[in-house]
Amino acid sequence: MVVNAVEINDVCVKFNKHPVLQDINLSIEINDFLAIIGPNGGGKSTLLKIILGLVTVDQGEVKIFGEDPGNPSNPIGYLPQHVSFDPDFPINVFETVLSGRYHGFFKKYSDEDRIKVTDALREVGMLEMQDRQMSQLSGGQMQRVFIARAIVREPKLLLLDEPMASIDPEMQNSFYNLLLKLRERMAIVLVSHDVGAVSSHVENIACLNRKLYYHGAVEYAASSLEKMYKCPIDLLSHGIPHRVLKKH
Amino acid sequence: MTGILEYSFMQNAFLAAVLVSVACGLVGTYVVIKRIVFISGGISHAAFGGIGLGYFLGINPIMAAIPFSILSSLIMGITSKKVKISEDTAIGILWSFGMAIGIIFINLTPGYVPDLMSYLFGSILTVPVNDIIIMFLLDLIIIITVLLFYREFQGISFDEEFSQVIGMPTTYIYLLLLSMVALSVVVMIKVVGVILVIALLTIPAAIAKQYTYKIGHMMILAVILGIILTIGGLFVSYIFNLASGATIVLVLSLGFICSSVIQKLRNAL
Repeated sequence: MVVNAVEINDVCVKFNKHPVLQDINLSIEINDFLAIIGPNGGGKSTLLKIILGLVTVDQGEVKIFGEDPGNPSNPIGYLPQHVSFDPDFPINVFETVLSGRYHGFFKKYSDEDRIKVTDALREVGMLEMQDRQMSQLSGGQMQRVFIARAIVREPKLLLLDEPMASIDPEMQNSFYNLLLKLRERMAIVLVSHDVGAVSSHVENIACLNRKLYYHGAVEYAASSLEKMYKCPIDLLSHGIPHRVLKKH
Repeated sequence: MTGILEYSFMQNAFLAAVLVSVACGLVGTYVVIKRIVFISGGISHAAFGGIGLGYFLGINPIMAAIPFSILSSLIMGITSKKVKISEDTAIGILWSFGMAIGIIFINLTPGYVPDLMSYLFGSILTVPVNDIIIMFLLDLIIIITVLLFYREFQGISFDEEFSQVIGMPTTYIYLLLLSMVALSVVVMIKVVGVILVIALLTIPAAIAKQYTYKIGHMMILAVILGIILTIGGLFVSYIFNLASGATIVLVLSLGFICSSVIQKLRNAL
């Protein structure tokens, strides 16, 4: 039997006695390309943080590749929603990605680590900017560097929190192409509040607003989305002049 | 002018300036890039409690300040992470609590406290040899710690959440960094005093940050700037017979203003 990347059973999370997530059951397979969609404040980032082990659950069980979350050996790559660093923090692109290869106390980065960094930067198309200061990059370029920092650990699961928020619309397609390339070697889970923007690219979606309303193929999601957002939803993508839905 | 170098108190003052600059260059760099200036201000003021305790117990106030400031830095660090009050509230409370404790201890100490002002406002010309040795040892601890934990300090300064995800015990590293702030506060107390420590801890690093994009370079540049500006301040205070701690801080501030103006002009051209 193949172990799922993520196995979440009957999970509840409360912040200050206020339920943020309730009765969540979710399995993510090792080759999934899943978008978690839902309104702001619906618990999407919290769900990612549970998978990462940054938030502990009040009830239920979470297994990441069969192990407890928060184990540093879990092969997870992570792109945070906001990296709230000082805009002129003294660090360049190469060093930023190298920090993703961290092995533990007193362990220096090896030549192999540097080769992996070069590979990751080449993959996201940022190799020629490796000596640039982070503050000199555009939002989209910064995002690519942070993706490189996530994949340089060679993860089997890549978590992206609102990856589209800081990217210009014209850059989004090339960003999705990058994700399509990456998904050949890892499961990808991305979180977004923008239904139309993601639904034409991913394979499965999960609709989350405190509870999980739907999890499955994109084509059949419309009615659940309406229930969740409490208004009609048109699964049309902004800026792309064709219908997103496949025939069904 | 060179004549003043022959006095032994002047030689001590120069040594103190160099030792102070090492601490402020290394730790100040993290204070500036991790934006923990306010918590560092809290630690430096709380250290005054240790000074008072030292007087009360009849031991070297600098020695008493070491455990006291480390303890207060740990309390501030833990409170800001774990307790549900806002970080700046916690810092504000410990800031004044430490000063108050120091004043009470000094009240309770029998007799007149002669050099109290030197701990409040600094007195680089009266740093005794014993204190120079303590400062040297603390500098050594700071240098070794920064060399050993360079990657971790960079990680939590840049992106704490990501560092936690890749397996750094970020809370412990943060507490270690705050302890380094506490130690460098102790190194600096004799030179500029608890009230003005924050200037030394931030200004050389803030100037250095305008000229480099590498943490290591920033540290070296901040150490050099610290030495130049501190000794410059020492000369100015000697020539005009002004309070040394305050003059050093004025020279540091002027240095920062000049550097910022130069940067603005360079960018405008």
